[in-house]
Amino acid sequence: MSLLEIDNVTLRFGGVVAVNKVSFNVEEGEVFALVGPNGAGKSTLFNLISRIYDPAEGDIRFDGRSILDKAPHEIARLGIARTFQNIELFDQATVMQNLLVGRHRHRKGNMWSELAFTPFVRAQERRHREAIEKVIDFLDLQAYRDKYIAGLPYGVRKVVEMGRALAIEPRLLLLDEPASGLSVEETQDVAYWIEDIKKQMGITVLMVEHDMHLVSSVSDRVLALADGKMLSLGTPHEVQNDPKVVEAYIGVADEKEEVLA
Amino acid sequence: MRTVFKTSYDADINLFRHRVQAGWYVLLLVVALALPFLLGTFAIGEMTNLLIWAIACMGLMVLVGQTGQASLGHAAFLAVGCYANALLQLNLGLPFIIAFPLAGLIAGVAGALIAMPMTKLHGIYLAIGTLAISILTDDFIVLAEPLTNGVNGLMPPSIEIFGVSFDRYGMPGRLYYLVLAVALAVIYLYRNMQRTPLGRSFAAVRDSEVSAQAMGVNVARTKATAFGISAGITGLAGALMGHFAGIFNNETFNIIISIQLLLAIVIGGLGSIHGAFFGAAVVALLPQGISITRDFLGQFVGGGSIAIPGLESAVFGLILILFILFEPMGIYGRWLKIRTYFELFPFYRRDMFRRQKSYLKTERMR
Repeated sequence: MSLLEIDNVTLRFGGVVAVNKVSFNVEEGEVFALVGPNGAGKSTLFNLISRIYDPAEGDIRFDGRSILDKAPHEIARLGIARTFQNIELFDQATVMQNLLVGRHRHRKGNMWSELAFTPFVRAQERRHREAIEKVIDFLDLQAYRDKYIAGLPYGVRKVVEMGRALAIEPRLLLLDEPASGLSVEETQDVAYWIEDIKKQMGITVLMVEHDMHLVSSVSDRVLALADGKMLSLGTPHEVQNDPKVVEAYIGVADEKEEVLA
Repeated sequence: MRTVFKTSYDADINLFRHRVQAGWYVLLLVVALALPFLLGTFAIGEMTNLLIWAIACMGLMVLVGQTGQASLGHAAFLAVGCYANALLQLNLGLPFIIAFPLAGLIAGVAGALIAMPMTKLHGIYLAIGTLAISILTDDFIVLAEPLTNGVNGLMPPSIEIFGVSFDRYGMPGRLYYLVLAVALAVIYLYRNMQRTPLGRSFAAVRDSEVSAQAMGVNVARTKATAFGISAGITGLAGALMGHFAGIFNNETFNIIISIQLLLAIVIGGLGSIHGAFFGAAVVALLPQGISITRDFLGQFVGGGSIAIPGLESAVFGLILILFILFEPMGIYGRWLKIRTYFELFPFYRRDMFRRQKSYLKTERMR
């Protein structure tokens, strides 16, 4: 059984079919990449998995169970974490606090015990902070621990957002363009981290990425989308050489000539 | 500048960052405790009023500063707390020690219930919605005359706890201590809120609802909780206001009070307990400050103590405009800058605190 099953999912915005009968499975322990030109429906698929949108048709199953009856905030509790294309951090809080929000899924106390700050709450806080330190060590964020997000450079924010998703301790990690806007060195770091996330932490990764170099170096399988439809599914090498994918990205030779003529 | 070497997770969890900081707050507490021996009856009354306002400001701060939800109707929760406290004592004969926390609880539940439909609104629409609640409460108090005595108002009984009198006029010093104790308790709860998942979920909702949701925070429930805690604290302040005023009716908690509360926390500095106290100081002491200044000036230019209509509102408005223009982080923000300047002297740079963004931007959802 696959960890995540996208089963014949369709989503329409008015007359626009944003996602058109898309089906694929993400196996436990693999890195699965979604590629495609702008407007192909990649981020929309992420929003479907996060339950921000309801699919018009089809089913999405996680660990064998449909998630369509879940509210958006219940998705994290299932063990699905995500990052956002345009970083969505908590700007008026420190890196530490941002990462701690990621631990919300593991919150055991309620409002009253927390207001009273019972010994149990203190013990739980210690455990959260211990877990956060592991993430900080993993992503080399030590220098930024108590810095406010609003004052951090773009590259660091990107890493913090990944860290916040890891703090959830997910089984499935959705990365929406983890390398967009990063320098070559930073992109290499991201590639190593994704490797480690997969191998050391055993977390399955589903990512959207335009950097084909990163995609081909870390992913096990790639799905190319265009206009909401599935174009090609296979290893990075297979997908990159699929004529349909080439067509979607650069168009076909004769067509181009027709336009020019 | 002090470098704190953290040797355990508790260093981040504890109430104070280091002993020196704790020492300063103990000193502040000692001063607060000594005030009744240093000040006259009138001044101690003013300090009591300040503390009550500070509690109300902390209540609104939970909602606006921590959770980023605007409210122009918090006078409604002052009224709920005030009337609940007085009616529980007058009609059911409950002692203050039971009626007072119950009043806070009733206001809190009212807040949470109102929040359920209200928090579907964002930003300015939420502000208008809460404004409507405030106006409705005013009308409701008049309509429910058999219970609330309408426009004639109510007089809460003198506070007595286990035979000890805390009468507003007879024992102003004792009432001051009582209010101080409540303020300290609220500060403690507020600090606990800030250092636990509860406060962090509030901040998450304030800064980005989409990602709060992705982290497993139930946004609607978090907002309702914030409204509840906020209204509860405000209700406690309302109950104390009733005792302090001696008599109150529907007019006591009008829209002006709501606006003053909001102004206070903006002037004080959003998002901190300090801000609530600084803002409360401005609101509570400004009217007295104006009249003292006017009398003082009157000696020289003549005219004596003739009241100038609207002077208070005008000064208030001017202060607010100046703060929004020149110091959006409020008095507390200015205090932080001054402190940093001296701590880092001579290395302070002007743009150190430049990245300021306003709160109340949660309408970005979807």
